[in-house]
Amino acid sequence: MTPAVLAALVGAALVGLGLYGLIVHPHPLRKLLAFNLVGSGAFLVFGMVARRGAAAGLAFDPVPQAMVITGIVVAFAASALAVALVLRLFATSGRVDLDPRVWTRPDDDSSTS
Amino acid sequence: MSTAIDAFTIVCVAAGVFFYVAGTVGLLRFPDSPSRLHALTKADNLGLGLVALGLLPREPSVLGALKIVVIWALVMLSGASTAQLIGRVLRRGRR
Amino acid sequence: MSIQTFLDIALALLVIGVAVWTIVARDLFVAVVAYVVYGLFLALVWIRMYAPDVALTEAAVGGGVTGVLLVAAGKRLDISAIDIDRQKPSMALATLAAGCSILLAGVLMIVILSLPAPAPTLAPQAAAAASGPGAGLGNPITAVLMSYRSFDTMLEKVVLILAVVGVWSVGADQAWGAAPAPFGPDRPYDALVFLAKALAPVGAIIGFHIFWTGADAPGGAFQGGALLAAMWMVALMGRLIELPRIDARWLRLALVAGPAVFLAVGIAGAMLAGSFFAYPSAFAKPLILSIEAFMVLSIAVALTMLVAGPPYRKGAP
Repeated sequence: MTPAVLAALVGAALVGLGLYGLIVHPHPLRKLLAFNLVGSGAFLVFGMVARRGAAAGLAFDPVPQAMVITGIVVAFAASALAVALVLRLFATSGRVDLDPRVWTRPDDDSSTS
Repeated sequence: MSTAIDAFTIVCVAAGVFFYVAGTVGLLRFPDSPSRLHALTKADNLGLGLVALGLLPREPSVLGALKIVVIWALVMLSGASTAQLIGRVLRRGRR
Repeated sequence: MSIQTFLDIALALLVIGVAVWTIVARDLFVAVVAYVVYGLFLALVWIRMYAPDVALTEAAVGGGVTGVLLVAAGKRLDISAIDIDRQKPSMALATLAAGCSILLAGVLMIVILSLPAPAPTLAPQAAAAASGPGAGLGNPITAVLMSYRSFDTMLEKVVLILAVVGVWSVGADQAWGAAPAPFGPDRPYDALVFLAKALAPVGAIIGFHIFWTGADAPGGAFQGGALLAAMWMVALMGRLIELPRIDARWLRLALVAGPAVFLAVGIAGAMLAGSFFAYPSAFAKPLILSIEAFMVLSIAVALTMLVAGPPYRKGAP
Protein backbone atom coordinates (compact mmCIF):
# COMPACT_ATOMS: atom_id res chain seq x y z
CA MET A 1 0.00 0.00 0.00
CA THR A 2 2.16 2.81 -1.26
CA PRO A 3 1.08 6.43 -0.76
CA ALA A 4 0.03 6.57 -4.41
CA VAL A 5 -2.34 3.61 -4.07
CA LEU A 6 -3.76 5.11 -0.86
CA ALA A 7 -4.33 8.40 -2.67
CA ALA A 8 -6.09 6.57 -5.53
CA LEU A 9 -8.38 4.80 -3.07
CA VAL A 10 -9.18 8.20 -1.59
CA GLY A 11 -9.91 9.32 -5.15
CA ALA A 12 -12.32 6.43 -5.64
CA ALA A 13 -14.10 7.34 -2.40
CA LEU A 14 -14.31 10.96 -3.59
CA VAL A 15 -15.88 9.85 -6.88
CA GLY A 16 -18.58 7.97 -4.95
CA LEU A 17 -19.07 10.90 -2.55
CA GLY A 18 -19.35 13.36 -5.40
CA LEU A 19 -21.88 11.18 -7.21
CA TYR A 20 -24.02 11.09 -4.09
CA GLY A 21 -23.88 14.87 -3.76
CA LEU A 22 -24.63 15.32 -7.45
CA ILE A 23 -27.82 13.25 -7.24
CA VAL A 24 -29.10 14.37 -3.88
CA HIS A 25 -28.67 18.18 -3.82
CA PRO A 26 -31.33 20.19 -5.65
CA HIS A 27 -29.33 23.44 -5.84
CA PRO A 28 -27.30 23.61 -9.09
CA LEU A 29 -24.23 25.17 -7.45
CA ARG A 30 -24.09 22.32 -4.91
CA LYS A 31 -24.32 19.92 -7.83
CA LEU A 32 -21.40 21.76 -9.41
CA LEU A 33 -19.34 21.38 -6.24
CA ALA A 34 -20.08 17.66 -6.13
CA PHE A 35 -19.18 17.36 -9.81
CA ASN A 36 -15.82 19.01 -9.11
CA LEU A 37 -15.30 16.47 -6.33
CA VAL A 38 -15.84 13.65 -8.84
CA GLY A 39 -13.36 15.28 -11.21
CA SER A 40 -10.62 15.71 -8.64
CA GLY A 41 -11.13 12.13 -7.43
CA ALA A 42 -10.63 10.88 -10.98
CA PHE A 43 -7.47 13.00 -11.22
CA LEU A 44 -6.12 11.30 -8.10
CA VAL A 45 -6.46 7.94 -9.85
CA PHE A 46 -4.50 9.44 -12.77
CA GLY A 47 -1.85 10.51 -10.26
CA MET A 48 -1.47 6.97 -9.00
CA VAL A 49 -1.05 5.69 -12.55
CA ALA A 50 1.61 8.35 -13.08
CA ARG A 51 3.48 7.37 -9.94
CA ARG A 52 3.37 3.69 -10.79
CA GLY A 53 4.84 4.44 -14.20
CA ALA A 54 8.18 5.56 -12.81
CA ALA A 55 10.83 4.58 -15.36
CA ALA A 56 13.71 5.88 -17.47
CA GLY A 57 15.29 7.77 -14.59
CA LEU A 58 12.17 9.75 -13.72
CA ALA A 59 10.30 9.40 -10.45
CA PHE A 60 6.95 9.49 -12.22
CA ASP A 61 5.39 9.14 -15.65
CA PRO A 62 4.92 12.72 -16.82
CA VAL A 63 2.22 12.08 -19.43
CA PRO A 64 -0.71 11.40 -17.01
CA GLN A 65 0.43 14.33 -14.88
CA ALA A 66 0.37 16.63 -17.89
CA MET A 67 -3.13 15.35 -18.63
CA VAL A 68 -4.20 16.11 -15.07
CA ILE A 69 -2.86 19.67 -15.31
CA THR A 70 -4.80 20.18 -18.52
CA GLY A 71 -7.84 18.53 -16.94
CA ILE A 72 -7.85 20.81 -13.91
CA VAL A 73 -7.88 23.91 -16.11
CA VAL A 74 -10.59 22.51 -18.39
CA ALA A 75 -12.70 21.52 -15.35
CA PHE A 76 -12.45 25.09 -14.13
CA ALA A 77 -13.53 26.39 -17.54
CA ALA A 78 -16.55 24.07 -17.47
CA SER A 79 -17.41 25.22 -13.95
CA ALA A 80 -17.23 28.85 -15.03
CA LEU A 81 -19.58 28.20 -17.94
CA ALA A 82 -22.00 26.35 -15.65
CA VAL A 83 -21.93 29.22 -13.15
CA ALA A 84 -22.63 31.74 -15.92
CA LEU A 85 -25.62 29.68 -17.08
CA VAL A 86 -27.03 29.36 -13.55
CA LEU A 87 -26.61 33.08 -12.88
CA ARG A 88 -28.35 33.93 -16.16
CA LEU A 89 -31.20 31.56 -15.28
CA PHE A 90 -31.55 33.31 -11.95
CA ALA A 91 -31.38 36.77 -13.53
CA THR A 92 -34.14 36.10 -16.04
CA SER A 93 -36.51 34.07 -13.91
CA GLY A 94 -35.65 34.53 -10.25
CA ARG A 95 -35.42 30.79 -9.67
CA VAL A 96 -32.60 28.26 -9.86
CA ASP A 97 -34.67 25.11 -9.79
CA LEU A 98 -33.59 22.39 -12.20
CA ASP A 99 -36.70 20.29 -11.73
CA PRO A 100 -38.73 20.50 -14.97
CA ARG A 101 -42.01 20.02 -13.10
CA VAL A 102 -41.50 23.37 -11.37
CA TRP A 103 -41.24 25.18 -14.70
CA THR A 104 -44.22 23.54 -16.41
CA ARG A 105 -46.61 23.90 -13.50
CA PRO A 106 -49.62 26.10 -14.44
CA ASP A 107 -49.06 29.47 -12.79
CA ASP A 108 -51.35 30.16 -9.91
CA ASP A 109 -49.04 32.77 -8.35
CA SER A 110 -47.17 35.70 -9.82
CA SER A 111 -44.13 34.66 -11.83
CA THR A 112 -41.22 37.02 -12.43
CA SER A 113 -40.35 36.10 -16.02
CA MET B 1 26.76 21.27 13.56
CA SER B 2 23.97 19.54 11.70
CA THR B 3 22.56 18.11 14.94
CA ALA B 4 22.41 21.65 16.33
CA ILE B 5 20.53 22.75 13.21
CA ASP B 6 18.18 19.78 13.53
CA ALA B 7 17.52 20.56 17.19
CA PHE B 8 16.84 24.21 16.35
CA THR B 9 14.42 23.18 13.58
CA ILE B 10 12.59 20.72 15.80
CA VAL B 11 12.23 23.23 18.64
CA CYS B 12 11.00 26.05 16.41
CA VAL B 13 8.60 23.92 14.36
CA ALA B 14 7.21 22.31 17.53
CA ALA B 15 6.62 25.74 19.04
CA GLY B 16 4.96 26.85 15.81
CA VAL B 17 2.70 23.80 15.82
CA PHE B 18 1.79 24.51 19.44
CA PHE B 19 0.67 28.02 18.47
CA TYR B 20 -1.33 26.67 15.54
CA VAL B 21 -3.09 24.22 17.87
CA ALA B 22 -3.78 27.08 20.28
CA GLY B 23 -5.29 29.12 17.47
CA THR B 24 -7.46 26.19 16.39
CA VAL B 25 -8.64 25.64 19.97
CA GLY B 26 -9.57 29.31 20.06
CA LEU B 27 -11.46 28.92 16.77
CA LEU B 28 -13.46 26.05 18.18
CA ARG B 29 -14.06 27.29 21.71
CA PHE B 30 -14.51 31.06 21.62
CA PRO B 31 -18.12 32.18 21.77
CA ASP B 32 -18.34 34.77 19.00
CA SER B 33 -16.78 35.52 15.66
CA PRO B 34 -14.55 38.53 16.48
CA SER B 35 -12.76 36.70 19.28
CA ARG B 36 -12.32 33.66 17.05
CA LEU B 37 -10.85 35.92 14.38
CA HIS B 38 -8.51 37.44 16.94
CA ALA B 39 -7.30 34.03 18.11
CA LEU B 40 -6.77 32.77 14.58
CA THR B 41 -4.89 35.79 13.28
CA LYS B 42 -2.53 36.23 16.20
CA ALA B 43 -1.76 32.59 16.83
CA ASP B 44 -1.44 31.60 13.18
CA ASN B 45 0.90 34.46 12.33
CA LEU B 46 3.15 33.60 15.25
CA GLY B 47 3.00 29.92 14.41
CA LEU B 48 3.95 30.56 10.80
CA GLY B 49 6.82 32.80 11.85
CA LEU B 50 8.22 30.10 14.12
CA VAL B 51 7.87 27.39 11.47
CA ALA B 52 9.58 29.63 8.90
CA LEU B 53 12.33 30.43 11.41
CA GLY B 54 12.87 26.75 12.05
CA LEU B 55 13.17 25.99 8.34
CA LEU B 56 15.58 28.85 7.58
CA PRO B 57 18.87 27.14 8.59
CA ARG B 58 18.07 24.11 6.45
CA GLU B 59 18.20 26.01 3.19
CA PRO B 60 21.39 25.37 1.24
CA SER B 61 21.53 28.83 -0.32
CA VAL B 62 20.75 32.40 0.71
CA LEU B 63 18.24 32.65 -2.15
CA GLY B 64 16.24 29.75 -0.73
CA ALA B 65 16.21 31.33 2.72
CA LEU B 66 15.08 34.60 1.14
CA LYS B 67 12.21 32.75 -0.54
CA ILE B 68 11.03 31.43 2.83
CA VAL B 69 11.11 34.97 4.25
CA VAL B 70 9.11 36.25 1.27
CA ILE B 71 6.54 33.48 1.75
CA TRP B 72 6.23 34.39 5.42
CA ALA B 73 5.79 38.09 4.59
CA LEU B 74 3.15 37.37 1.93
CA VAL B 75 1.10 35.11 4.20
CA MET B 76 1.27 37.72 6.95
CA LEU B 77 0.15 40.44 4.54
CA SER B 78 -2.79 38.53 3.11
CA GLY B 79 -3.78 37.04 6.46
CA ALA B 80 -3.81 40.41 8.18
CA SER B 81 -5.75 42.11 5.37
CA THR B 82 -8.29 39.30 5.21
CA ALA B 83 -8.76 39.41 8.99
CA GLN B 84 -9.39 43.17 8.75
CA LEU B 85 -11.96 42.64 6.01
CA ILE B 86 -13.76 39.86 7.86
CA GLY B 87 -13.76 41.98 11.02
CA ARG B 88 -15.23 44.93 9.14
CA VAL B 89 -18.00 42.77 7.70
CA LEU B 90 -18.72 41.26 11.12
CA ARG B 91 -19.01 44.70 12.67
CA ARG B 92 -21.47 45.81 10.01
CA GLY B 93 -23.63 42.84 10.94
CA ARG B 94 -23.75 41.23 7.51
CA ARG B 95 -22.67 37.64 7.07
CA MET C 1 4.17 1.61 10.66
CA SER C 2 6.59 4.41 9.92
CA ILE C 3 5.82 8.04 10.59
CA GLN C 4 5.23 8.68 6.90
CA THR C 5 2.52 6.05 6.67
CA PHE C 6 0.87 7.61 9.70
CA LEU C 7 0.99 11.03 8.02
CA ASP C 8 -0.38 9.59 4.77
CA ILE C 9 -3.34 7.98 6.49
CA ALA C 10 -4.02 11.14 8.51
CA LEU C 11 -3.94 13.23 5.31
CA ALA C 12 -6.26 10.78 3.53
CA LEU C 13 -8.77 10.91 6.38
CA LEU C 14 -8.55 14.69 6.43
CA VAL C 15 -9.26 14.94 2.70
CA ILE C 16 -12.25 12.60 2.92
CA GLY C 17 -13.53 14.39 6.01
CA VAL C 18 -13.46 17.80 4.36
CA ALA C 19 -15.08 16.34 1.20
CA VAL C 20 -17.89 14.88 3.34
CA TRP C 21 -18.26 18.31 4.95
CA THR C 22 -18.63 19.86 1.48
CA ILE C 23 -21.47 17.49 0.67
CA VAL C 24 -23.40 17.61 3.94
CA ALA C 25 -23.02 21.32 4.74
CA ARG C 26 -26.39 22.97 4.88
CA ASP C 27 -25.33 26.38 3.62
CA LEU C 28 -23.93 27.05 0.14
CA PHE C 29 -21.27 29.43 1.44
CA VAL C 30 -20.03 26.86 3.98
CA ALA C 31 -19.88 24.24 1.23
CA VAL C 32 -17.78 26.55 -0.99
CA VAL C 33 -15.35 27.34 1.85
CA ALA C 34 -15.05 23.62 2.57
CA TYR C 35 -14.31 23.01 -1.11
CA VAL C 36 -11.46 25.55 -1.09
CA VAL C 37 -9.98 23.90 2.02
CA TYR C 38 -10.37 20.55 0.29
CA GLY C 39 -8.45 21.87 -2.71
CA LEU C 40 -5.56 22.95 -0.50
CA PHE C 41 -5.35 19.57 1.27
CA LEU C 42 -5.52 17.90 -2.12
CA ALA C 43 -2.43 19.90 -3.12
CA LEU C 44 -0.61 18.24 -0.18
CA VAL C 45 -1.72 14.81 -1.43
CA TRP C 46 -0.33 15.66 -4.86
CA ILE C 47 3.02 16.54 -3.28
CA ARG C 48 3.01 13.13 -1.62
CA MET C 49 2.55 11.59 -5.06
CA TYR C 50 5.67 13.25 -6.44
CA ALA C 51 3.65 15.71 -8.54
CA PRO C 52 4.63 19.27 -7.55
CA ASP C 53 3.42 20.73 -10.84
CA VAL C 54 -0.04 19.26 -10.34
CA ALA C 55 -0.02 20.43 -6.71
CA LEU C 56 0.70 23.99 -7.87
CA THR C 57 -2.10 23.83 -10.45
CA GLU C 58 -4.58 22.32 -7.99
CA ALA C 59 -3.84 24.94 -5.34
CA ALA C 60 -3.96 27.85 -7.80
CA VAL C 61 -6.78 26.86 -10.17
CA GLY C 62 -8.72 24.15 -8.37
CA GLY C 63 -8.69 25.77 -4.95
CA GLY C 64 -8.08 29.45 -5.54
CA VAL C 65 -9.72 30.57 -8.77
CA THR C 66 -12.64 28.11 -8.52
CA GLY C 67 -13.20 29.35 -4.96
CA VAL C 68 -13.42 32.97 -6.14
CA LEU C 69 -15.83 31.94 -8.90
CA LEU C 70 -18.14 30.03 -6.57
CA VAL C 71 -18.10 32.61 -3.76
CA ALA C 72 -18.98 35.40 -6.22
CA ALA C 73 -21.73 33.23 -7.72
CA GLY C 74 -23.11 32.30 -4.32
CA LYS C 75 -23.21 35.96 -3.32
CA ARG C 76 -25.19 36.91 -6.43
CA LEU C 77 -27.61 34.04 -5.88
CA ASP C 78 -28.06 34.53 -2.17
CA ILE C 79 -31.35 36.32 -2.16
CA SER C 80 -33.96 33.88 -3.28
CA ALA C 81 -32.24 30.57 -3.65
CA ILE C 82 -33.03 29.81 -0.02
CA ASP C 83 -36.19 27.90 -0.73
CA ILE C 84 -34.48 25.41 -2.96
CA ASP C 85 -31.80 24.88 -0.33
CA ARG C 86 -34.42 23.79 2.16
CA GLN C 87 -35.82 21.06 -0.05
CA LYS C 88 -34.83 17.75 1.39
CA PRO C 89 -34.44 14.84 -1.03
CA SER C 90 -36.79 11.94 -0.45
CA MET C 91 -35.50 8.99 1.53
CA ALA C 92 -35.87 6.68 -1.46
CA LEU C 93 -33.75 8.95 -3.68
CA ALA C 94 -31.10 9.34 -0.99
CA THR C 95 -30.87 5.60 -0.46
CA LEU C 96 -30.68 4.93 -4.19
CA ALA C 97 -27.99 7.59 -4.62
CA ALA C 98 -26.01 6.17 -1.70
CA GLY C 99 -26.26 2.69 -3.17
CA CYS C 100 -25.05 3.86 -6.59
CA SER C 101 -22.17 5.82 -5.07
CA ILE C 102 -20.99 2.93 -2.91
CA LEU C 103 -21.21 0.61 -5.90
CA LEU C 104 -19.20 2.99 -8.11
CA ALA C 105 -16.58 3.66 -5.44
CA GLY C 106 -16.27 -0.04 -4.71
CA VAL C 107 -15.80 -0.98 -8.36
CA LEU C 108 -13.17 1.75 -8.76
CA MET C 109 -11.30 0.52 -5.68
CA ILE C 110 -11.27 -3.05 -6.99
CA VAL C 111 -9.94 -1.80 -10.31
CA ILE C 112 -7.25 0.26 -8.57
CA LEU C 113 -6.09 -2.67 -6.48
CA SER C 114 -5.89 -5.03 -9.44
CA LEU C 115 -3.93 -2.99 -11.97
CA PRO C 116 -1.33 -4.88 -14.07
CA ALA C 117 1.90 -5.50 -12.18
CA PRO C 118 4.63 -4.15 -14.48
CA ALA C 119 2.90 -0.82 -14.91
CA PRO C 120 2.62 0.39 -18.51
CA THR C 121 4.35 3.70 -18.80
CA LEU C 122 5.19 6.40 -21.32
CA ALA C 123 8.11 7.72 -19.27
CA PRO C 124 10.81 6.60 -21.73
CA GLN C 125 9.09 8.40 -24.61
CA ALA C 126 8.62 11.47 -22.45
CA ALA C 127 12.25 11.45 -21.36
CA ALA C 128 13.28 11.12 -25.00
CA ALA C 129 11.05 14.06 -25.84
CA ALA C 130 12.62 16.12 -23.05
CA SER C 131 16.12 15.56 -24.36
CA GLY C 132 15.36 15.54 -28.06
CA PRO C 133 12.80 17.90 -29.58
CA GLY C 134 12.27 19.64 -26.27
CA ALA C 135 15.99 20.15 -26.09
CA GLY C 136 17.36 21.35 -22.79
CA LEU C 137 14.13 21.27 -20.79
CA GLY C 138 14.80 20.03 -17.30
CA ASN C 139 11.13 19.66 -16.40
CA PRO C 140 9.71 16.55 -18.08
CA ILE C 141 6.11 17.72 -17.66
CA THR C 142 6.81 20.92 -19.58
CA ALA C 143 8.50 18.81 -22.24
CA VAL C 144 5.41 16.58 -22.46
CA LEU C 145 3.05 19.56 -22.58
CA MET C 146 5.01 21.56 -25.11
CA SER C 147 6.61 19.01 -27.41
CA TYR C 148 5.48 15.41 -26.86
CA ARG C 149 1.80 16.37 -26.62
CA SER C 150 1.94 19.89 -27.97
CA PHE C 151 -1.15 19.53 -30.11
CA ASP C 152 -3.24 18.59 -27.05
CA THR C 153 -2.02 21.65 -25.17
CA MET C 154 -2.87 23.95 -28.04
CA LEU C 155 -6.34 22.47 -28.34
CA GLU C 156 -6.81 22.88 -24.62
CA LYS C 157 -6.10 26.59 -25.00
CA VAL C 158 -8.78 26.69 -27.70
CA VAL C 159 -11.17 25.05 -25.20
CA LEU C 160 -10.48 27.92 -22.81
CA ILE C 161 -11.35 30.45 -25.51
CA LEU C 162 -14.55 28.56 -26.30
CA ALA C 163 -15.50 28.68 -22.63
CA VAL C 164 -14.93 32.45 -22.59
CA VAL C 165 -17.08 32.87 -25.70
CA GLY C 166 -19.74 30.71 -24.06
CA VAL C 167 -19.70 32.81 -20.89
CA TRP C 168 -19.89 36.04 -22.91
CA SER C 169 -22.76 34.82 -25.06
CA VAL C 170 -24.90 34.14 -21.97
CA GLY C 171 -25.23 37.86 -21.27
CA ALA C 172 -28.21 39.98 -22.26
CA ASP C 173 -28.44 40.92 -25.94
CA GLN C 174 -28.45 44.65 -25.28
CA ALA C 175 -25.38 44.34 -23.09
CA TRP C 176 -23.15 42.88 -25.81
CA GLY C 177 -19.88 44.76 -25.97
CA ALA C 178 -20.06 46.25 -22.50
CA ALA C 179 -17.76 45.32 -19.65
CA PRO C 180 -18.71 42.58 -17.19
CA ALA C 181 -20.20 43.58 -13.86
CA PRO C 182 -17.54 44.76 -11.41
CA PHE C 183 -16.24 42.42 -8.78
CA GLY C 184 -17.24 44.41 -5.76
CA PRO C 185 -18.65 47.67 -4.42
CA ASP C 186 -17.68 51.01 -5.89
CA ARG C 187 -15.84 52.07 -2.76
CA PRO C 188 -14.05 49.00 -1.43
CA TYR C 189 -12.77 48.81 2.13
CA ASP C 190 -9.33 50.37 2.51
CA ALA C 191 -7.90 47.08 3.78
CA LEU C 192 -8.80 45.58 0.41
CA VAL C 193 -7.26 48.51 -1.47
CA PHE C 194 -4.09 48.15 0.60
CA LEU C 195 -3.96 44.43 -0.08
CA ALA C 196 -4.40 45.04 -3.80
CA LYS C 197 -1.66 47.67 -3.90
CA ALA C 198 0.77 45.57 -1.89
CA LEU C 199 0.03 42.07 -3.12
CA ALA C 200 -0.67 42.49 -6.83
CA PRO C 201 2.81 43.61 -7.97
CA VAL C 202 4.61 41.04 -5.82
CA GLY C 203 2.24 38.28 -6.91
CA ALA C 204 2.68 39.23 -10.55
CA ILE C 205 6.45 38.91 -10.24
CA ILE C 206 6.05 35.54 -8.52
CA GLY C 207 3.64 34.39 -11.22
CA PHE C 208 6.08 35.35 -13.93
CA HIS C 209 8.87 33.57 -12.04
CA ILE C 210 6.81 30.38 -11.73
CA PHE C 211 6.19 30.44 -15.49
CA TRP C 212 9.83 31.14 -16.32
CA THR C 213 11.27 28.53 -14.02
CA GLY C 214 8.82 25.91 -15.26
CA ALA C 215 11.20 24.97 -18.04
CA ASP C 216 13.62 23.33 -15.61
CA ALA C 217 11.85 23.08 -12.24
CA PRO C 218 8.24 22.53 -11.13
CA GLY C 219 6.08 25.28 -12.54
CA GLY C 220 4.99 26.24 -16.00
CA ALA C 221 2.61 28.30 -18.06
CA PHE C 222 -0.65 27.17 -16.44
CA GLN C 223 0.47 27.80 -12.90
CA GLY C 224 2.07 31.15 -13.71
CA GLY C 225 -0.95 32.19 -15.74
CA ALA C 226 -3.33 31.27 -12.91
CA LEU C 227 -1.29 33.34 -10.47
CA LEU C 228 -1.25 36.33 -12.82
CA ALA C 229 -5.02 36.01 -13.26
CA ALA C 230 -5.45 35.94 -9.47
CA MET C 231 -3.36 39.10 -9.07
CA TRP C 232 -5.39 40.83 -11.77
CA MET C 233 -8.55 39.83 -9.91
CA VAL C 234 -7.17 41.24 -6.64
CA ALA C 235 -6.45 44.53 -8.40
CA LEU C 236 -9.97 44.51 -9.86
CA MET C 237 -11.50 43.86 -6.45
CA GLY C 238 -9.58 46.78 -4.97
CA ARG C 239 -10.88 48.92 -7.83
CA LEU C 240 -7.38 49.90 -8.84
CA ILE C 241 -8.30 49.11 -12.45
CA GLU C 242 -11.60 48.43 -14.14
CA LEU C 243 -12.77 45.47 -16.13
CA PRO C 244 -12.28 45.98 -19.86
CA ARG C 245 -15.12 46.06 -22.36
CA ILE C 246 -15.42 42.70 -24.03
CA ASP C 247 -15.17 44.23 -27.50
CA ALA C 248 -11.81 45.81 -26.67
CA ARG C 249 -9.35 44.82 -29.33
CA TRP C 250 -6.40 44.31 -26.99
CA LEU C 251 -8.49 41.95 -24.88
CA ARG C 252 -9.46 39.78 -27.83
CA LEU C 253 -5.92 39.80 -29.20
CA ALA C 254 -4.51 38.79 -25.83
CA LEU C 255 -7.07 36.01 -25.58
CA VAL C 256 -6.21 34.38 -28.91
CA ALA C 257 -2.49 35.17 -28.83
CA GLY C 258 -1.56 31.90 -27.09
CA PRO C 259 -3.12 29.33 -29.38
CA ALA C 260 -2.52 31.50 -32.47
CA VAL C 261 1.24 31.65 -31.86
CA PHE C 262 1.25 27.98 -30.97
CA LEU C 263 -0.57 27.03 -34.16
CA ALA C 264 1.66 29.30 -36.26
CA VAL C 265 4.79 27.66 -34.86
CA GLY C 266 3.28 24.23 -35.41
CA ILE C 267 2.47 24.94 -39.04
CA ALA C 268 5.90 26.48 -39.53
CA GLY C 269 7.35 23.33 -38.05
CA ALA C 270 5.73 21.37 -40.85
CA MET C 271 7.74 23.39 -43.36
CA LEU C 272 10.97 24.03 -41.47
CA ALA C 273 11.49 21.06 -39.16
CA GLY C 274 9.99 18.16 -40.99
CA SER C 275 6.64 17.46 -39.40
CA PHE C 276 3.61 19.23 -38.02
CA PHE C 277 4.39 20.66 -34.57
CA ALA C 278 8.04 19.70 -34.62
CA TYR C 279 10.60 22.22 -33.44
CA PRO C 280 13.95 22.81 -35.15
CA SER C 281 16.30 21.27 -32.62
CA ALA C 282 18.74 24.18 -32.73
CA PHE C 283 16.45 26.63 -30.97
CA ALA C 284 13.79 24.40 -29.47
CA LYS C 285 14.01 25.76 -25.95
CA PRO C 286 13.79 29.50 -26.84
CA LEU C 287 10.91 28.69 -29.17
CA ILE C 288 9.09 26.76 -26.47
CA LEU C 289 9.62 29.55 -23.95
CA SER C 290 8.27 32.21 -26.31
CA ILE C 291 5.20 30.10 -27.09
CA GLU C 292 4.73 29.67 -23.35
CA ALA C 293 4.98 33.42 -22.81
CA PHE C 294 2.04 34.03 -25.12
CA MET C 295 0.23 31.13 -23.51
CA VAL C 296 0.64 32.70 -20.08
CA LEU C 297 -0.93 35.90 -21.39
CA SER C 298 -3.87 34.03 -22.87
CA ILE C 299 -4.40 31.88 -19.79
CA ALA C 300 -4.34 34.88 -17.44
CA VAL C 301 -6.82 36.81 -19.57
CA ALA C 302 -9.08 33.78 -20.11
CA LEU C 303 -9.24 32.81 -16.43
CA THR C 304 -10.05 36.36 -15.34
CA MET C 305 -12.73 36.77 -18.00
CA LEU C 306 -14.24 33.42 -17.01
CA VAL C 307 -14.59 34.57 -13.40
CA ALA C 308 -15.79 38.06 -14.38
CA GLY C 309 -18.73 36.66 -16.28
CA PRO C 310 -20.95 37.92 -19.09
CA PRO C 311 -21.15 41.59 -20.12
CA TYR C 312 -23.45 43.72 -18.05
CA ARG C 313 -25.30 46.91 -18.78
CA LYS C 314 -27.59 48.53 -16.24
CA GLY C 315 -31.18 48.11 -17.31
CA ALA C 316 -30.64 45.30 -19.78
CA PRO C 317 -32.62 42.18 -18.76
